[in-house]
Amino acid sequence: MKTRVLSRLISPQTMALAAVLLVNWILFPGFFDIEWKDGRLFGSLIDVLNRGAPVAILAIGMTAVIATKGVDLSVGAVMAIAGATAATMVEAGWPAHTAVAVALLAGLACGLWNGVLVALLDIQPIIATLVIMVAGRGIAQLITEGSIVTFSDPTLIFIGTGSFLGLPMPVVIAATLAVLATLLVRRTALGLLVEAVGVNRSAARYAGISANVLLLAVYVFCGFCAAIAGMIVAGDIRGADANNAGLWLELDAILAVVIGGTSLLGGRFSILMSVLGAVIIQAMNTGILVSGFPPEFNLVVKSGVIILILVLQSPLSATLFLRAPKAKTGASK
Amino acid sequence: MNRSLRPLAATAIIFLLCYLAAVIQFPSMLSTRVLGNFLTDNAFLGITAVGMTFVILSGGIDLSVGAVIGFTGVLIAVLISHFGMHPLAAFAVTLTIAALFGAAMGAAIHYMQVPSFIVTLAGMFLARGAASVISPDSIPINHDFYTSVSQAYLLMPGGGRLSLIGGIMVLVFVVGALVAHRTRFGSYVYALGGNTTSAALMGVPVARTTILIYTLSSFLAGLSGVIFSLYTSAGYSLAAVGVELDAIGAVVIGGTLLTGGYGFVAGTFIGVMLMGLVQTYIIFDGTLSSWWTKIVIGVLLFMFILLQRIVFAASAPRKKAFWKV
Amino acid sequence: MTEPATVLQARGVVKVFGQHRALDDVSIDLRAGEVHALLGENGAGKSTLIKILTGAYQATEGEVLLEGQPVRFADPLQAQAAGIGTVYQEVNLLPNRSVAENLFLGHQPTRFGFVQKKVIYAKARAVLATYGLDVDVRAELGSYSVAVQQIVAIARAVELSGKVLVLDEPTASLDRNEVDRLFDIIRQLKARGLAIIFITHFLDQVFAISDRMTVLRNGKLIGTSSLKDVSPTDVVRMMLGKDLEILHPVSTAAEGASGPVMLSFDGFGKPGKVAPVTLDIHRGEVVGVAGLLGSGRTELARLMFGVDTAESGKVTMNGKEISLRSPVQAVQAGFGFCPEDRKADGIFGDLSVRENLIIALQAKLGWFKALNRDEQLEIAGRYAEALDIRAANHDMPIKLLSGGNQQKVILGRWLAIDPNFLILDEPTRGIDVGAHAEIVRTINRLREDGLGLLVISSELDEIVAYSSRVVVMRDRQMVAELHGQDISPKIIVQAIAAQHQEAAE
Repeated sequence: MKTRVLSRLISPQTMALAAVLLVNWILFPGFFDIEWKDGRLFGSLIDVLNRGAPVAILAIGMTAVIATKGVDLSVGAVMAIAGATAATMVEAGWPAHTAVAVALLAGLACGLWNGVLVALLDIQPIIATLVIMVAGRGIAQLITEGSIVTFSDPTLIFIGTGSFLGLPMPVVIAATLAVLATLLVRRTALGLLVEAVGVNRSAARYAGISANVLLLAVYVFCGFCAAIAGMIVAGDIRGADANNAGLWLELDAILAVVIGGTSLLGGRFSILMSVLGAVIIQAMNTGILVSGFPPEFNLVVKSGVIILILVLQSPLSATLFLRAPKAKTGASK
Repeated sequence: MNRSLRPLAATAIIFLLCYLAAVIQFPSMLSTRVLGNFLTDNAFLGITAVGMTFVILSGGIDLSVGAVIGFTGVLIAVLISHFGMHPLAAFAVTLTIAALFGAAMGAAIHYMQVPSFIVTLAGMFLARGAASVISPDSIPINHDFYTSVSQAYLLMPGGGRLSLIGGIMVLVFVVGALVAHRTRFGSYVYALGGNTTSAALMGVPVARTTILIYTLSSFLAGLSGVIFSLYTSAGYSLAAVGVELDAIGAVVIGGTLLTGGYGFVAGTFIGVMLMGLVQTYIIFDGTLSSWWTKIVIGVLLFMFILLQRIVFAASAPRKKAFWKV
Repeated sequence: MTEPATVLQARGVVKVFGQHRALDDVSIDLRAGEVHALLGENGAGKSTLIKILTGAYQATEGEVLLEGQPVRFADPLQAQAAGIGTVYQEVNLLPNRSVAENLFLGHQPTRFGFVQKKVIYAKARAVLATYGLDVDVRAELGSYSVAVQQIVAIARAVELSGKVLVLDEPTASLDRNEVDRLFDIIRQLKARGLAIIFITHFLDQVFAISDRMTVLRNGKLIGTSSLKDVSPTDVVRMMLGKDLEILHPVSTAAEGASGPVMLSFDGFGKPGKVAPVTLDIHRGEVVGVAGLLGSGRTELARLMFGVDTAESGKVTMNGKEISLRSPVQAVQAGFGFCPEDRKADGIFGDLSVRENLIIALQAKLGWFKALNRDEQLEIAGRYAEALDIRAANHDMPIKLLSGGNQQKVILGRWLAIDPNFLILDEPTRGIDVGAHAEIVRTINRLREDGLGLLVISSELDEIVAYSSRVVVMRDRQMVAELHGQDISPKIIVQAIAAQHQEAAE
């Protein structure tokens, strides 16, 4: 057990995070400074976690989807829909908890739609989720009637900007969700069954796994996560921007999952590693910002990261670095 | 009827019905004037969609095209406005860069054996980032050549204007269709979309074909950037955001199977026209808000995805051989 | 009569992978106008030898000579250009393109860079006519049956190569009629002077079509001889180095020994798939299902396991009616199903042997009753031992195991749920003879343990050996149920072929 924990600690992801943080620290010596003010923590590191939370939450749902050999391109648009729903409802005078519940339901409904297309109509995930990716922002604009709906509801704002035990609410929500989701998949058989469906859906059906129900559940869960992320983003800016909320975040979420080591071809997955991937992405973002580079630089760095991962994962480097499969005799003992 | 013709026929019929409905409501839509504007306004999308058709036929996807349009626009603007290059020289330089960029993505996809999705995602970030690093602000282009070219047109019967821009798009479609359906390269593209392993065993030069496909797509996106800069007389790093989605949408609505192997370049043309029609209709109507465009296109996309599912899902009806005894 | 010229020759070929000598000093020669069967168990080195001859691998030692000249191919395309064409078991063509394009892809005649479609269509029609195939060459290849696709693949290989034709298990997915057609074509090509290498698991086909054969075992050459000089027993002895029990079929499964009725399928069917079938399954019996490919045997199995949903009839289990609308319900009822296509429908390639063994039990227990690691290890260990699954350890991905061991894992997966009723669809197809015998023994043992089994197999000897009763399928219906003394290959064949006899009378 000890060696397993140790090997997890020195995974490529943790080393990458350490490297990014180190670079940030060199570029901006105050990077690790954390201070306690007004009952909550402040500092660049906290900022990384806070800003990274929406993508981390998306990545949690996305990990489950990708593990089934799928992908969900609609999460950015679903964020916009959820944000628009919550904002429009509180502005129309509904109580905040009802608005939150309906926004979550909207996310679940989008997930269900994707799930039905993928599981029951057997449409390729990248294609099926394209529909909401294209139409979703139109629907969000329909809800907000084209304007940016601002609100002053304290509950919604608390979700985006509040704090709990000194930590920003988004971080608390993301961490709670990550832990709960990990427990859910690893303490039950869900994780194994999801992996089985991802590796071979047909065989899963023959083995008596309710593959369709599982796929539906996974996309619904992904929509749920997107709705949470959408409300955090809306709460953060105290408004719902149907055009820009969550724009391109689906790509960041997929990137986070890939950095976390889950293959786009499905199968083995790790939710915590994906969350780590999201933190790495945000650490780079923040690093670029605090060190004074233009924010556009971010995109170039991100593409560099993808290229790096691709090179590292390619068969070429496997032979180059002699990462041949280790002899595993006795590993089962 | 050949199975792959069915979605194409459906697209054509839906386009005609929609156009008919639009014309009944707004008779002025039936004019070469509107048609001419149609071609001009959708030229950059159409050219990109031709490249995307090749990519999708081969079973891939290219998310970088919008970013490449933005990048070429900025580069052209910088070369003309800051370096004083002649637009034609600037076009040559940027198109070469765009083509090389595509070649690099194609090579990465083939040699590193990674999904095109993720490689072109990196390409998208890179091109968009590079454009922003060159200039985050919009750069206007003031050059006589631009004024004359963007206003060049051919008068069509009925007073409509076929602009040079629109003409280039039509030409790209014609050449694209010939390449796809009448050359060995075209048959290799379909072969890759059918089954890469078989294609390789049958002697299809997989590496060369893959690289060429993405070179073509990026080159056409670059050309589209040229057109876009002629159309707007400016270069902006955030131009054409999301065009990759519109292009994918046009290809799918045009009857090409998103999993590759089946489809027609001509279908993409109808797809582009159908999307243009939706936009024009909403503008003509005036009471409809712009977001309905997205919703209608989403619905169309869904309809065609479903249609393809029905046409191609039922395992192919296996004809028994007619044996000669 | 002079000896025909030798076309292709391998001399003293050695192929080493790491520590393993896959081929050890193997020589083979192919003559013009002969069909040369290449035989051996899985792992004997057949495919390695073929890959060396066709350029997919390069020999570590030794040489390959084509018409007397030493050759060294970098890839299959070079071998193809030099005259050696290969047709694989899974047709490696493009179902989405026209028949004509599949024949000439990469070699289409062009004018000004444009492909001359009319020329191609005319040439394609002419070529296929010589194979007795009259199809619309403009239609998608995928719209034709596997047999037609197979012939198009052969035509392409012969067109492009024309000296040597390698047929790697071409008959695996053809029915008997189609196999006969294929053999006609092979004879034709033989008469045209091609040297043909023929690989198959079916001994009767070897004797039906081949002139000579070469046997490999454990990477070594056992011998080459004319088929006129040997009997099937000799061939099996050469392949295995021993006589095999199952080739002397003795039905050990007396019907009287079976227990009470466990399952009754009453008028169970689905239009277009299987005509209504009425069948009882007793405890402790094996019901063999015989029939040609496409006779509805796999479709029947799929219905019984709920993969397809029956539209007529009902199922009762121990007197109570049960619903079989999905595999999930079938598993809940204690059914297990080893599908025919192991790779596509059976194994989870990237998951471990252990996970593959417990997955059905886990699916049956549901999402929230997870087996912990100790339970998994215990279950995996138990069934790996019981079925003699040979894996270095149980955490390795199952895709690294041999076909026979994978089949045992799938069998073990179902034994782990403690099933009442097992459906095995071609359980011994494509696996080596050792594992083959193991699986047949397991079937017998399970019957003695009181399970009901339904076993589909193309190997009549095998069916006869373990079945208590035999059901014969033809044209998607159950046409006969054989008992006792009637269970013999001869009577089964008669039942399968009955229709043709009626027509002849």
